[in-house]
Amino acid sequence: MDIKSMKNYLYWLYCQFELITCSYLMEPWEKLLFYTFNITMLVMVLYTAYIFVPVHISTAFQFFLHLFGNQHENTVSVVK
Amino acid sequence: MANPSAVCNGHLHHHHQKQNNLLKSGIYKKNGITKGIKKNGISNGTLYKKKFVEHFEQAPMYVAVFTFLGFGVGTIFGYLRDFMRAWGLEKRNVATEREQQKDFVPLYQDFENFYTRNLYMRIRDNWNRPICSVPGPQFDLMERVTDDYNWTFRFTGRIIKNVINMGSYNYLGFAETDVNALKTVTIELQKYGTGICSTRQEMGTLDKHVELEKLVAKFLGVEDAMVFGMGFATNSMNIPALVGKGCLILSDELNHTSLVLGARLSGATIRIFKHNNIQSLEKLLRDAIIYGQPRSRRAWRKIIILVEGIYSMEGSIVRLPEIVSLKKKYKAYLYLDEAHSIGAVGATGRGVVEYFGMSPDDVDVLMGTFTKSFGAAGGYIAGKKDLVDFLRTHSHSAVYATSMCPPVAEQIIRAMKCVMGLDGTTQGLQRVRQLGKNTRYFRRRLHEMGFIIYGNDDSPVVPLLLYMPGKIGAFARRMLEKNIGVVVVGFPATPITESRARFCVSAAHTREMLDTVLSALDELGDFLHLKYSRYSKSSHPELYEETRLELED
Repeated sequence: MDIKSMKNYLYWLYCQFELITCSYLMEPWEKLLFYTFNITMLVMVLYTAYIFVPVHISTAFQFFLHLFGNQHENTVSVVK
Repeated sequence: MANPSAVCNGHLHHHHQKQNNLLKSGIYKKNGITKGIKKNGISNGTLYKKKFVEHFEQAPMYVAVFTFLGFGVGTIFGYLRDFMRAWGLEKRNVATEREQQKDFVPLYQDFENFYTRNLYMRIRDNWNRPICSVPGPQFDLMERVTDDYNWTFRFTGRIIKNVINMGSYNYLGFAETDVNALKTVTIELQKYGTGICSTRQEMGTLDKHVELEKLVAKFLGVEDAMVFGMGFATNSMNIPALVGKGCLILSDELNHTSLVLGARLSGATIRIFKHNNIQSLEKLLRDAIIYGQPRSRRAWRKIIILVEGIYSMEGSIVRLPEIVSLKKKYKAYLYLDEAHSIGAVGATGRGVVEYFGMSPDDVDVLMGTFTKSFGAAGGYIAGKKDLVDFLRTHSHSAVYATSMCPPVAEQIIRAMKCVMGLDGTTQGLQRVRQLGKNTRYFRRRLHEMGFIIYGNDDSPVVPLLLYMPGKIGAFARRMLEKNIGVVVVGFPATPITESRARFCVSAAHTREMLDTVLSALDELGDFLHLKYSRYSKSSHPELYEETRLELED
């Protein structure tokens, strides 16, 4: 039952997408074109995110670590 | 208990002042009672004698964003299709210029044609649907299918029966085929035939027209009236006769095309004030009187205010008391177009003048149509005898247009007599009251469900906002699948972001029909996500009570 209601909900979301972007009114070949374009853009965005986001996050993390981490190392060496 | 309201001479006389709040406002003047009575905290000193509640709720911001997104996608695909059509990649179904005219000024490049070709064509199957029965509370529809995406249609031959009619202007339910009701019309048809073959000024004035005009004047409480064969032509042909060059027309933003056409044909200067906005109108009046005509600074020959009783796209009622007080202060004339409000509002169906408890002498020109509430065709102009006598000689419609045909005139006579009570029954009054009940019930339920509805609580025209272009087509088609016929309106008739479905409640609708429509709307509202209102009350307050009782146990 949960799967069925989930499937109904997803179908309803798909219908909303169709209505909002006017793809409900399009002929089949126009719909194909529109969806292909959308899915291509989405896949490109996701691929870019997949490649670049970890690198950006680790760089940012290292930057913040440098701000606080350097002091930490200094204190350790002084104490030693 | 005996019914305290006695119908006599078409006017309601009340012997007990306390009952029936609705009619109090009109009765003061007739019985000479000047004692002020407080009702709902409004004393007799203010202009409005009962609450004036209008809704124009704005949808949340994301709705506007999605609407523009939808139109944007539609426009992009429109350009793509136009490109393909221009380069021969697609068959051309539209009207285009001939080869020899390619160097001329282009005919079909403006936005309206672009919109028609690319957006309207996709959902065209929801308009111009042919019906094949009387447009009563239910009607029969001819089934139509399209093979090439709405460019051409063909009829399958099947007839869809008993579709609930929420689109016809049948406010009092006089669009009927009952033989008893149409007895007098049949007799007149056999006596006069159907054609007049002449204009009013030549040989087209029949005794039926004289009888009808006297009846209309009595109904409205004015000195005289004149009837015309077509409602649109009444406006567009008579305004040029009343105003001319050197006059000023102050017209509401959302006036009907017939008023706009009449105003433009007259040659007068036209200034537009914001819809139902008294401050805007007052500012325009003051500027007109202070500054006069544009270059010569002379006083205007005439200042006339054009308003409608009920605006059919918004469902709003005109603020008549305030406009009349403005008109008296600044000495302007008032032209009131009661196309949708005559028969539909007011305690006895006499229009907005009665609804606000005012006297018909306050309005200079009363105009209305017989198409909406009386199940016929045609229009009238009523007012002082001098005005109507002037129009009889100077109106274009009287001189050139064929007059109203006799069976239609008889239908109006019998419908008006029914509403006034002159046929001996209270059927007319019952229809008016039933319309009021149906209107209030329908609007209340729609508000509770959470839809955005425009307009006044008492107007039988109910616009339900749809906003997005994709939903216009989906809504109309799905309602037809559920056997309910609705009218949806999009861009050029409404602003581009505010497309709507317009319901016209009728006195002939039974409670069951309205409930069917409301449950279908509920279901469709959930499926299409149309319930944008942020002020909806709980739709089932009685359930709340039940659970509270159970907990107390």
